Amino acid sequence: MFIPCDRGGGPAAPDFKGFTLLMPAVSVGNVGQLAIDLVISTLDMTKVGYFYTDCLVPMVGNNPYATAEENSVELSINAEVYSLPSKKLVVLQIRSPFIKNKYRPFCETLLSWVKSSKCARVVLLSSSHAYQRDDEQLLGTPLRYLLTPDLEKAVGGHVKELNWKEMEKVAAYPGISNTEKVLHIPGGGITKLLFTESCSEGIQMAVLLKFCSEGDNIPDAFVLVNYLNEWLQLIKSEVSTSNNSTDPSSQWKIPSSWRLLFGNGLPPALF
Amino acid sequence: MATFFGEVVVAPSRAGLDEEEEAREETPEDREIRREIEKKREVEVLWSCAEEPLVCSRFIVAIGRNAAAFLSSFILDSVCWEVVGVVKLWNEWCRTSSTTNVLPTDSFCLFYRLISDPTVLLCQCSCYVAEDQQFQWLEKVFGSMQKKGLQVTILSTCPVADYKTQESTLTLVSPFLKALKTKEFQEQVCCPLLEQPNIVRDLPAA
Repeated sequence: MFIPCDRGGGPAAPDFKGFTLLMPAVSVGNVGQLAIDLVISTLDMTKVGYFYTDCLVPMVGNNPYATAEENSVELSINAEVYSLPSKKLVVLQIRSPFIKNKYRPFCETLLSWVKSSKCARVVLLSSSHAYQRDDEQLLGTPLRYLLTPDLEKAVGGHVKELNWKEMEKVAAYPGISNTEKVLHIPGGGITKLLFTESCSEGIQMAVLLKFCSEGDNIPDAFVLVNYLNEWLQLIKSEVSTSNNSTDPSSQWKIPSSWRLLFGNGLPPALF
Repeated sequence: MATFFGEVVVAPSRAGLDEEEEAREETPEDREIRREIEKKREVEVLWSCAEEPLVCSRFIVAIGRNAAAFLSSFILDSVCWEVVGVVKLWNEWCRTSSTTNVLPTDSFCLFYRLISDPTVLLCQCSCYVAEDQQFQWLEKVFGSMQKKGLQVTILSTCPVADYKTQESTLTLVSPFLKALKTKEFQEQVCCPLLEQPNIVRDLPAA
């Protein structure tokens, strides 16, 4: 499934042993994908390959992270892999939805690639429908996390210090007490499947998600990527001198492909 | 999501995953039905010439009615080109058959070969290839070719209204050409490259 880019002269396939794989779930508001765009764009990550898969709707375009004429002509497709060896980070970006009935095979192939490339852990950025929150979830932070048991052992302590809130389980049959509690992530796409499979296969996986609704999800992406940054420290959060707060939002670089998200310019004849 | 009138509706999500699909376990009957549908939606590529794999150095693919019509009007004729293959498929939007005698208004997918240089292949695909069939089409068509320094040119059309630009599309002079190319393509491109955030979907993208 993974095809490395031909860099001519470099090693045949990049080595991801011990790396952290950061990836999005195609979920409500596409927040995970937008957050991943911010990471790739800000850290100026290099593309190292792509996934050749029949599970995602095909699409192609020119380089979405182009900053100048010279680097704007590289083709980009629906599932690409970027890496930053200095931070032992490998990032998968998914740019189109799953083809019907194909999300399960994709998850299986993805997890077996994670194992064969010996990634140390997987961090999945996702989101869930805000309107499905219960009364308690309506209050406080809209951000949640989940850790597989293997990752809980490794980083559970550190995450506790961050004062994060774990995603609550809900009753399997709402309204009836004494039913078992299950994990329910509405609008989360493949999040639940990947998480439960990782738990049973001993893969170290963390899920970071935000409750949100469809709309202009750029602010949600910033919130999610800052949440991720609290843990992984991908960029330094500088203290802003003007209002004395730590707000790293301005340090994330918006990619050029985010232009015109809500339509073209207006025809002058309209007025 | 509550609308202005107070009724609650389920908003379609850009995420694209059907919740119902993921919640339900597949029964043996479901599996059987799914297998039958998959068989019905299989893409069949039928070649009329004896030698397979076909040796190909240039492959021009016209996808969609406009592009197919362009080839019919300006390139194809019965003197220089011969039909060598056809794609048979079915989906909710169209059905193609194995006949090579087609009308311009039919849905079809035909392959032609230049008689004077049989390594030049041309494909006219006026039928819609559904998203679950695009990969299959790709693998079966390219799988039956012996590529010899293969250069592929894909012709397709998109509505101007889909083009993303700073100005309004009403003032844009259309039709206009845009191109995408792989880095292996070293020749001069005859028109400007497609700027972000515009993308190409479906079979041309595949």
